[in-house]
This record gives sequence, C-alpha cells and structure tokens, in this order.
Amino acid sequence: MLEILNRIWSVFTAILQFTWLYDGVAYLVENVFQLSMESNLGSSVHFFIYDVIKILILLSIMIFIISYIRSYFPPERTKRILEKLGGIKGNIMASLLGTVTPFCSCSSVPIFIGFVESGVNLGMTFSFLITSPLINQGAIVVLLAAFGWRVALLYVVMGVVIGIIGGIVIGKLGLEDQVEGYVYEMKMGSGEVESLTRKQRIEYALGEVKEIVSRVWVYLLIGIGLGAAIHGWAPEEILTRYAGPDNPFAVLVGVAIGIPLYADVIGTIPIAQALISKGMGMGTALSFMMSVAALSIPAMILLRKVIKPKLLGIFVAITGCSIVLVGYVFNFILH
Amino acid sequence: MRIEILGTGCKKCEKLEENAKKAVESAGIDAVVVKVDDMKSIMQYGVMSTPGLVIDREVKSTGKVLSPEEIEKLIK
Repeated sequence: MLEILNRIWSVFTAILQFTWLYDGVAYLVENVFQLSMESNLGSSVHFFIYDVIKILILLSIMIFIISYIRSYFPPERTKRILEKLGGIKGNIMASLLGTVTPFCSCSSVPIFIGFVESGVNLGMTFSFLITSPLINQGAIVVLLAAFGWRVALLYVVMGVVIGIIGGIVIGKLGLEDQVEGYVYEMKMGSGEVESLTRKQRIEYALGEVKEIVSRVWVYLLIGIGLGAAIHGWAPEEILTRYAGPDNPFAVLVGVAIGIPLYADVIGTIPIAQALISKGMGMGTALSFMMSVAALSIPAMILLRKVIKPKLLGIFVAITGCSIVLVGYVFNFILH
Repeated sequence: MRIEILGTGCKKCEKLEENAKKAVESAGIDAVVVKVDDMKSIMQYGVMSTPGLVIDREVKSTGKVLSPEEIEKLIK
C-alpha cells in the first residue's frame, strides 16, 4: 500500500516537473533581479515566487479533481444515507461523508436543521460538522504540496477520527435539550436531488477552482511571504527552544492562538511549513492549522443560531481537546 | 414570474441575487427577485446547501452561484 502511494506520488510530481519551475525562478532571481541564490534575500525571493506558482498550479488541478468527486455527494444525499444509520457505525459514516460533502460554513445551519429534522441523531450530526471544515480541500492540497502525501493522509485520518470521537462523546452526553426549540418544529420539504450531467459536474468543478483560488490567493501570498521571510531570517535556536517538539506547552499555545484567528487555513500552511523547517514541531503546527480550520468565531456565531451556549461550549471544548491530543501524537510520531 | 434567492446572507447568496437581477434585466422579462433568508422557508423547499435559486416555487439549483447567462436560460 505504502509502496503504491509512494509511486503514485512520485509519478504525480514527475508529471508536474517542478524542477523546471525551480530552475526557471532561480534564473530569474540571479539574472534579472541580480541576487545571489546564496544570500538571504535571494533565497527568500526565490522561495516566494517558486512557492506561489507551484501552489497555485497544484491548487487548481487538485480542487478540480476533488470538486468533481464531491459533486456526487450533495448534502441532501448525505442526509438520506445518514438517516438510516445509528450507533458508532453512524458516527463513522457521518465523519467520512463529512470529508466528501461540499461544505461552506454558511451552509452549516441548514445542514444542521436538515439532519436533525430527518432524525439523524445529534452525535452523528456533530461528527459531520466537526470533520467537514477540518478536511478542507484547499488545506489538503497545500499540505500535499508542502509536506507530501504521508502528512496529508495522516491529517485526513486524524480529522476523521476527531469527528468520530467528538460525535460519539456529544451523543453520549444526551444534550438534545440544548438544541434551539424551533429546530424541532421545522418541516422540511422533500428536496429533489438533481442528477447532474458530466458537463454540469465539470462546470461545477471549474466554478469551484475559480471561486476558491480567487478567495484564497491573498491569504496564500501573505502566508508564503511570511514563510519566505521566516525561511530567510528567523533564528533557528529560538523556535526550537520555544516551539519545538520538546516543549509540552507549545501545542496548547498553538491551538489557543488558532481559535480566535480568523484566517484562511490555506494561508497558515506556508507559514507552518517555514516554522517547521526552523525547528517547530510538526504536531504543534498541524494542531494550530486544525484549530484555525475547525474552530472559528464566525462559524460559532452561525452554530449559535441552532444550538444553545452550553452545547456550543461543549462542542468547542471537545474539538479543541481532540486537536491538542492530535498535536501531541504527531509530535511523538514524527519526532 | 417570481424568483427567490434562498440564503442566510453569505457572499455567495448576494452574488446570486445580483446575477438573477442582471438576468431578468437582459432577458427583459417581467419578474421579481426576492431574497429569502428565513430558515423556515428555506427548509420548506428542502434546500440544505445555500444559495438556492427558486423560480415560481420550484427549486432550480442549490449550493452554487449561477451566472446571469445560466439564469437567463432558466427563466426564458
């Protein structure tokens, strides 16, 4: 299995042949900008230009492929699959479907109501709601570009596990009374799931590429810019001492910073990549990114429309704790 | 003709409303474009991914921003 994945990955990178890009940008830096590749400034400029172009190409291709697959899993269909399930199996399925169902935080309220109304239990609904923003297609692509498929896969697996466990715990706590009353009174019409033609799926996928790239490119530029600056200048010893895998508090601090930070998770990845190359623990960086993705203030404000503060607090606490745990596991494994 | 835009006020919903108005204008059809942000009404249409486009009480699309041209095809 590992062998096959490794081969696919090397074929994939070989096709894209980013060495041409690397050399091309190096030529540009040395001959047009007249900067030595050995100097701090030169290597930072090279890193910046190379990374921006590489990630934009990867992002476009991968989002197209992922969106095409996702067009088969509209939330209406996901709901129909989930309403027949229950128990731990239900949590596992909900979390897995959370990875493929197209999700935008503005849809979290109608999805929540739709699930609860059709009898999907609260635990399963949360399994879905926790995994969905965590496994964000853009984030996966950038992780893939920055760290390779091993870390990207580990991130996806951990995200799914967090969703399953979080949902099971919330389900066991019996918090049905913590859902706003009006949710139970909602009557849901039977939404027809339009079946798409291949042309429509391609159009949808292209639309997603356009939409996501136009939304995140600013964050990417900022992120890669900061990453390049860190790459060229940040002193290694300080980061290793304070944010390295040996500091037990680094993960906690990372998650705490990530929650109120309203940034696109895609922009945080290049920063994380640079910090890791300077000695920050991989788990620390990953849990920081997960907390940016899964726990943002605007998403909480939306969820507050359907659940009472106590449940919202429990949701944040459980998700936060699981992310911290994942950080420690990663630091341990990848040390 | 009554065109309804279902959505709780995210950017995509605003964009769809804008496109619908453009489509009505260029098609030269007598139609009203209404924004529906009340959860109850949205759920009655069975729509879980916003924005949704409804024409004369029939759901035409969900979860995506149609271009003015695409909407024009639907209303003609």
